[in-house]
Amino acid sequence: MAVKTTFDFDQMLSNAREAFGEELYNMAKDGLDFVFTYSDNVAPSSSAGKVIKEFPERCFNFGIAEPGQVGASCGMALAGEVVYAQVMGPFLSLRSADQIHTDIAYNDVNVRLIGTHAGVTAGGGPTHNCIADLALYHAIPNLTVVVPADARQCQRAVRASHSFQGPMVIRIDRAGMPAVYADDDYEFEFGKAIETKPGSDVTLIATGSPTYWALMGAKKLEEEYGISVRVVDMHTIKPIDKDMIVKAAKETGNIITVEEHSINGGLGSQVAEVLLEAGCGNVGFKRVGLPDEFAVLGETDAIYHYYGMDPEGIAKTTAQVLGLAK
Amino acid sequence: MKVKPYDMATVHELEEAAYNVRKTLLTLVYNIGMGHLGGELSMVEVATAWYYRYLNFDVKDPHKEGRDRFVLSKGHCSETLYSIFSCLGAYDLDYMINNFECLEGSKFGMHTNRKYCPQIEVSAGSLGHGLPIAVGMALAGRKQKAANRVVVLTGDGELDEGSNWEAINTAGHYQLGNLVLCVDKNDLQMTGTTADVMNINPLDKRLEAFGWDVRWIDDGNDMEQVLKTLDALPEADSQIRRKPIAIIAHTVKGKDVDFMEGEVKWHGGGIAEDKFNQAIASIEKNWEERKSKWQ
Repeated sequence: MAVKTTFDFDQMLSNAREAFGEELYNMAKDGLDFVFTYSDNVAPSSSAGKVIKEFPERCFNFGIAEPGQVGASCGMALAGEVVYAQVMGPFLSLRSADQIHTDIAYNDVNVRLIGTHAGVTAGGGPTHNCIADLALYHAIPNLTVVVPADARQCQRAVRASHSFQGPMVIRIDRAGMPAVYADDDYEFEFGKAIETKPGSDVTLIATGSPTYWALMGAKKLEEEYGISVRVVDMHTIKPIDKDMIVKAAKETGNIITVEEHSINGGLGSQVAEVLLEAGCGNVGFKRVGLPDEFAVLGETDAIYHYYGMDPEGIAKTTAQVLGLAK
Repeated sequence: MKVKPYDMATVHELEEAAYNVRKTLLTLVYNIGMGHLGGELSMVEVATAWYYRYLNFDVKDPHKEGRDRFVLSKGHCSETLYSIFSCLGAYDLDYMINNFECLEGSKFGMHTNRKYCPQIEVSAGSLGHGLPIAVGMALAGRKQKAANRVVVLTGDGELDEGSNWEAINTAGHYQLGNLVLCVDKNDLQMTGTTADVMNINPLDKRLEAFGWDVRWIDDGNDMEQVLKTLDALPEADSQIRRKPIAIIAHTVKGKDVDFMEGEVKWHGGGIAEDKFNQAIASIEKNWEERKSKWQ
């Protein structure tokens, strides 16, 4: 089954954070019951701001107090609510790690932690970079972690999460996520990765907006080297779709992972674990992501270019792994 | 829930309940070889009063709709709650001993787990979590226009944790009329007095500064004083905006076991047979003395 992507289109920029707010608003309008907790970074003018304005009885601002917000979100869920808790990603994972572990995951509550500003999309340097959250979530039991590939998929994930049982994190960019998919005509199920583009020589496994970069990188590679590149959208990174990874390894022999996260402990590390344990250790393999250093300062796109995470960099790394680099 | 004003018969009845809870607690901890007896003994009167008289809570139907929520934030003092559940008829002592931290199928653990023991509202253990969770329950109550009350019991050493102060600030901001914070203020934490380790005094002034209505129980191990304070609480009201209520119960760590009272070293651990026998004797002696004062 071929998925219709923006591969052959111009990039369609959209805003996943806005898309999240929009979907939440639509859900409220559709009569779905939930509570929305948020930090002092949700602008009244944003889509989430519309929920706050029109449904004030279900919205609670926690100011700048992430552990208090996450803990209270647990309490609301224990009192029977489905809770959407929007927190700026770096502070969600780093400040509220204990609350995520104990209040949300161990207490097993229906809280959806919406971690925004993934990777370096917040701007402003390492204090605001969200680079270690996936590593933390990887080690916390009973947590489902979803990193939508684009804004529309984010909306599908948010909608589907309402009836999901158990804790979930949804990780999104600050803004400007390119659209990967041209329409909704593809299956989206938590825990089931999507073969976004078929290919036979190498597989680029990506999560979040890097899925688009991988798609563009694939285009570059095919044009430049005449090879066939598969792209997998690992939108749920916990539990990770092991079958899809092993299948890609067996069928294409080379795996490149792409993520806007430290290369340590995120998607790449998890894919490596799966590959080795499945006896696929002989594949060509490389992790593309933020290296083990506090990132240089600069604009988001410039930083991703600097670290070889943009389509050009992905193509270059892939060519090196395949021994094609000129 | 409305209660009839207490009379001395009620005081005596609950004093006897507290005596039974203490004996059950000591016997449980002696058998399982682990506990936090100091803080478990200091909170007995306050916890017993809530469960026996004020909470809309059925130990046999613990997930009943509309129940009051009791959140034990100092999760390491779980065995006091298990003992209360036992004395209320949910479990016999042997069952608790046999199902305590026994790997798969455990029903009870040193720290509370709501999935294993259904009377427990919140799985806790890491300190500074109960109060934020209780604030969330109270806020949900406001949305749901619920009639129930949320009660959270914290230690005083636990108040070192900053997450409590986020929640104290939040509750003050939202002016939650369905939340009651009880602080078991035994003035000791793991390695010393709270004054020496990390001073939280004057606790009442600090809470008042955060917008709370603070009430003291001078002797939180005196059942009559506990009942007097809890009787005087206004009805829980999720819709009203008023100062959230904090009750600071001044208690004695290790209460009623003479050699444990006020002793830092009885914070945590098990208890050997000879000490166990001494402890039971002390609890019984104190009980006889208390009864002898009844008129």
